[in-house]
Parts: sequence; C-alpha cells; structure tokens
Amino acid sequence: MKKLLAMLLVFVMVLSFVSCSDSGDEDFKVGFIFLHDENSTYDKNFMDAAKEVQKILGLSDSQVVFKTNIPEGNECYEAAADLADQGCDIIFANSFGHEPFILKAAKEFPDVEFCHSTGTTAHTEDTPNFHNAFASIYEGRYLAGVAAGMKLNEMIESGKITADQAKIGYVGAYTYAEVMSGYTSFFLGARSVCPTATMDVQFTGSWYDEAKEKEAATNLIDSKCVLISQHADSMGAPTACENADVPNVSYNGSTKDACPDTFIVSSRIDWTPYYEFAIKAAQAGEEIPDDWCGGIKEGSVKLTDVNEKVAAPGTVEKIEEVKAGLIAGTINVFDASTFTVGGKNLDSYMADVDTDAEFKGDTEAISDGYFHESEYRSAPYFNIEIDGINLINKEF
Amino acid sequence: MNNIKSILNLSNYHIAKRDVIPWWQSYLIRVIAILVALVVCGVITIALTDLNPIEVYVTMFEGAFMTPRRVWFVLQNTAMLLCVALAVTPAFKMKFWNIGAEGQVLMGGFATAFCVIVFGEKLPTSVLIPVMVLTSIIAGAIWGLIPAIFKSIWNSNETLFTLMMNYIATQIVAYYSLEWSVPKGSGTPRILEKGMLPSLMGNDYLINILVVLAITIFMYIYLKYSKQGYEISVVGESENTARYIGVNVKKVINRTMILSGAICGIAGFLLVAGTDHSIKSDTAGGRGFTAIMVSWLAKFNPIIMILTSFLIVFLDRGASQISERFRLNDSFSDIITGIIIFFIIGCEFFINYTIKRVKTEGGENK
Repeated sequence: MKKLLAMLLVFVMVLSFVSCSDSGDEDFKVGFIFLHDENSTYDKNFMDAAKEVQKILGLSDSQVVFKTNIPEGNECYEAAADLADQGCDIIFANSFGHEPFILKAAKEFPDVEFCHSTGTTAHTEDTPNFHNAFASIYEGRYLAGVAAGMKLNEMIESGKITADQAKIGYVGAYTYAEVMSGYTSFFLGARSVCPTATMDVQFTGSWYDEAKEKEAATNLIDSKCVLISQHADSMGAPTACENADVPNVSYNGSTKDACPDTFIVSSRIDWTPYYEFAIKAAQAGEEIPDDWCGGIKEGSVKLTDVNEKVAAPGTVEKIEEVKAGLIAGTINVFDASTFTVGGKNLDSYMADVDTDAEFKGDTEAISDGYFHESEYRSAPYFNIEIDGINLINKEF
Repeated sequence: MNNIKSILNLSNYHIAKRDVIPWWQSYLIRVIAILVALVVCGVITIALTDLNPIEVYVTMFEGAFMTPRRVWFVLQNTAMLLCVALAVTPAFKMKFWNIGAEGQVLMGGFATAFCVIVFGEKLPTSVLIPVMVLTSIIAGAIWGLIPAIFKSIWNSNETLFTLMMNYIATQIVAYYSLEWSVPKGSGTPRILEKGMLPSLMGNDYLINILVVLAITIFMYIYLKYSKQGYEISVVGESENTARYIGVNVKKVINRTMILSGAICGIAGFLLVAGTDHSIKSDTAGGRGFTAIMVSWLAKFNPIIMILTSFLIVFLDRGASQISERFRLNDSFSDIITGIIIFFIIGCEFFINYTIKRVKTEGGENK
C-alpha cells in the first residue's frame, strides 16, 4: 500500500513538471462552467456564444476552458476553483443554481473575475469580483407577443374565431419572477395589437420535461386556446402545436424545422455581447459592473426570422416598428396604463429586488408611468398577476 | 491445415472452474486486462477522434492528480463513494439486494438539512452537530428497515421495494428543496451555515475522509471477526442452513438493513454537512448505484473497496478532464471508462475459470 502511494506521488510530480513546461506562453485565460452540454437547448445557447466570442477575440483553444455537466452543488465550487488554479482570469457560469457556489469561489480568489448569468445577488453582495448578468428578454417576448397578436387578428378577420375567443395558452415552468415577467410581457405585446386577447397559463414545475410540457400544451389547446407559447426548454409544446395545427410562438431558438406549419417566431438571449464586454474589461483591467443587462440595442435580445408561411401578413414590418419604439424608449413594455390588477391601474409596487429569505418587496419599481424591469438588478423581478391572465395551476 | 481447424473449433475447448489461483497470477490477469482495455480504448480513440491515445491517458492522470486541489477532490469523492459501498456491503453479502442506498443517503442528508433549518438558530453548534448525526442515522436506518420488515414478514421483493423507496426519497427532497430555496420557488439551493463541519488542518474534506476511514476499519472487523458478521455470511450462503444452526434469519435481515441504512445516513450527513452545505434531490449523485459495483468488484472486502472506489472516481475525474481538455462531449469519455470497467469486471471470469483445450481424438495431429 505504501509503495503504491509512493509510486503514485512520484507519478504526480513527474506529470506536474510535464504539464508546467507546456503552458505559460499565453497569459490570458477564460473559463466557462455549464450546467449540461450541448444536448440541452439552454446550454447550447450559452456554448454557442462562448465559441463565438472566442472567435471574435481570437483566443486559442488552450485559453478558453469549458467545463460541462457541472451540477448546482459543491462540484460547481470545485470546478470554479480548479479553473482559477489553472490560471483563468475570468470565469463564467450559466445556471441560476450555480450562484452560491460561484460566490464562494469568488471570495476565495479575489484576483479572478466571476461572472454569473441569471443570478440575483451581486448587487447586494459586497464582493467586487462577483458579477451578475441577464438580458431584457421581456422586450423580446413583447415583440414575439406582437407577432402573436397579429396572428389572432388574422384569425378574427377571417372569421375562424370571434374577437372574444382570442385566447392564448402559455406553458410555464414555475410561478417565479423570470417566468411571470416573460409571460406577462408576451401577453402585453399580444394585447397591444389584439385588445380582446386573454391568456391561460399552465405550469409544469420543471425547466425541462418534454412529456409534461406537451401534456400542458395539449390541455390548453383542448380548452380552446387558439395560439400557444412557452417558457420551458424542451420541444414538448411546439410538438403538441404541430400535431394539433395550432400556431406557436417559441423560445430559445427557432423550431421551424420541426414545426414548419405552426412556428411563427421565437425570441432568445444572445450571450455573446456580454461575454465580449466582460472579457475585454477583464483584459484591460477595467471594472465589470455588478449587474449587466443587455437589450435589443446591444444585440443581447434576438428574434429569429418570422415564418412567413404561418405569421399574419405585415408581421415583419410591425415588429420592426415596435422594436424601433422600444429602442427609442417611446414604448415601455410594462407601461402601467396598459394593465390592471383587480380592475385598478397600479401607481406603486414594491418589488423583491434584494434576495432574502422573507421574499418581501424592498424596491419601488413603478415610476414615470411604467414598471422598471431589470433596472435595479439584471434578473427579472416583475411578479404581478395582472387582469386578463388566468393561472390554471399555481402549486409550482 | 487440420491443426488450425482444431484450434479454431470451439468444441475443442471447455471451461473449468479453477481450484485455487496463486495471488500473483490473479493480479497478472488483472494487469493484462487493464492493458488490453487500454489498447482497445486506444484503437477506439483513434477511430472516433484524431487524438493521440497516450495523450488522452496522460490527461486522465492530470485530471485526477495535477494540483493538490484535484488530489483532495479525488480523495473526498473516493471517501464518499466508499462510505456508501461499505453501507450496501453487509446487505449484499446477505444476498439482500439493497438498491435503495441512493434513497437512504438522501434521507440522511435530508434529516441533516432539516435539523439545520429547524434548530440551527436555537441550538449551539456543539449540540446541533450530534443531533444532526443522530437524526440522519435514524432517517437512513428507517429507510433501510422498511423494506426489510416487508421482506421478513411478507417476503416482498426487496429489489423493487428499495428502488421505489428511492423515488419517494427523491420526491420528498425535491419538494423541500424547492420549499427551502432562496429565493423561494426558484430551485436555488439554500446554503446552510450552522452546524457545518469545520476544516481540519486547513482542509475542508479531511473530517469526511477520516470518518469514512474509521467506518472502513469497523466494517472490516465487523464482517470478518464478529458473530453478527458471521451470521450475515451464513444467511447469504443459505437461509435454510442459517435456520438449521439456529440463526434467526428475520432478525438478521432487519438488523443488517438497519446497519446498512444507518451508514447511508452517515454518508448523507457527510455530504450535506461536510461538502455540499445544501441539499438537492441529486445530492447522492448516483453513488447509491455505483457503490454496488464498487462493493462487488472488491468481493465485499472493505479494504479492497478503498482501491475499487478510488478506481471508479479516478476514471470519472479522468473522463471529465478528457472532455474539458479536448472539448469533447462527455459521451466519448464515458465510452472509454465503460470499456475499462468492462475489462476489469470481465477478467474475473478468467480468474475464476480456466479454458482448457481438449486433445482431439483419433490422433492425426500427433
């Protein structure tokens, strides 16, 4: 046993000498931590952005290290610390649940920048090398909603449905701010062009469960929803729509190839602008903000091409028009005059921006006539249940 | 010509069980098996990728040993896998197919987290930690005892029963981890602060490793020298023999499953309080199933299990290093580790049996 141990130790030392000799010529290193690998659409979106930024910045493969399939637990801390040991100057993590473990590593390695996508605590944590980032995806969803509203109008005009039958179905993951902000902005986008639109939301209790998402979409279609959208990562809802010939507004990327007869448009977050910004800042020794939120202007929020075969005529032009309004600031997604709660317009709402165990509202989010989403921190915090949207189940 | 034919003709061979094999010979067979596995993996590596197999193997060692942090990581994971393997061993030795270790570990971890969340603010750490240990042992033991009771009273199938218990444990933990998550409902695990095991001599994992070492020694002595350990092997060999010599089989089954579950409970405690500082439905991380392989590979010998669990963890770490270094999908490295494990398990056949060539009758080859 002792001999074996001694042999192992010798081997370790030899290897560490060998490995020392072949690194050191390139000094800047970037590390990425992903929850799964490219088989998940969520992670693929991040991995594509990481590869893209590597190309843009001309970094070699040995300067960009990928760690895939890192669960949301102690392994995440170990992975981050290992990347720091390898000499990474900046480390990115992509899953919400990675946050506490990345924070732990950030405290241990103050000279390394840690950037965590979708997280919520960087603005209250006093850890200068720990940062959060998100995108104003609610703007993308609003635009996708406009496309959905156009489709509803087309169905009303052609006599396929009456104006009060314009009911949308939405498959969500959890009753959690990111999802609520998403479906509300989508609904407001649809209602901005189709005033009689209403919406049913069904939750699955999972970010990825193909069977449940398909079942939820089918239920919604059976309860007379004439258009479906979703915030969950599988092909469940788009497939159910294609089978039932119900138009679908997708998420995380185009599902046109699989659903050519029902896919209208899809919104997604492109992480390339953030990666590029943060890596350049780290290279130049400049400060990275606690929270970074990219929008349409920065190229962080993207819409896929509209599927002309399914979308109503004029959709592309209308989207461009609204997009220009959003960029110019003449249109606000959560304009307080466009939605009511219990029949009344809101002029004040305390949002839960600072993470704590009590989940109490702490920041006034409505001012200047609209709800300021993703401004006080990058991750969404809009969680108001507005009139016109009916939540079918709330247990998740 | 006939000579070649008779060599190729399978009916000219027969398989015989070996009596005793010198220890060096069995190790020689194992070494040859690993070498053959490496050659096969090398061929597959070249066929599927453009990589140099030697470089791939070196990468595996780098992944497990290149920095002190990685060495500690491997040691800590080896300890945790070993702990679960030690837990399932008495049950398997008794031929009680306990595939519920995953759930028993989870319940132990759940009990630990429950104590921290409920009593964390009320009890001093010196009281809190013993309470955590005790409840996690009890929780694991109960989760092991339930299928044992059903087995000893109604002779229910313990394989299915323990498997079902895993699902129940997973769902209980999934429910509470959503309930306890911060912010609530987001699924982000709450980081536990009270009652966590301190670092020893500057290392966070040393306590875990020492505890598992102690359990290893205990299990070795328990199985080899204690009366209860002997009863376990008798029940495993033949329940009728056990009854004949006056062993209370039901009692042995229940007692052994309490022990098995209790050690799983300790593993859950160590995972939550020693490494993860949080609980999630995948805290056990499949160790409950991998542990079965560790235990069988070591032929239920706790000391050999140190090596087999180390081997599995080493292969696993090496595999992720391969995918990191060469940016390959994990599937490729899983194929490599799968082949190596296949050969290691497969070579046991050649240790237990020998293939003899039968001399052909008629004598034309003489």
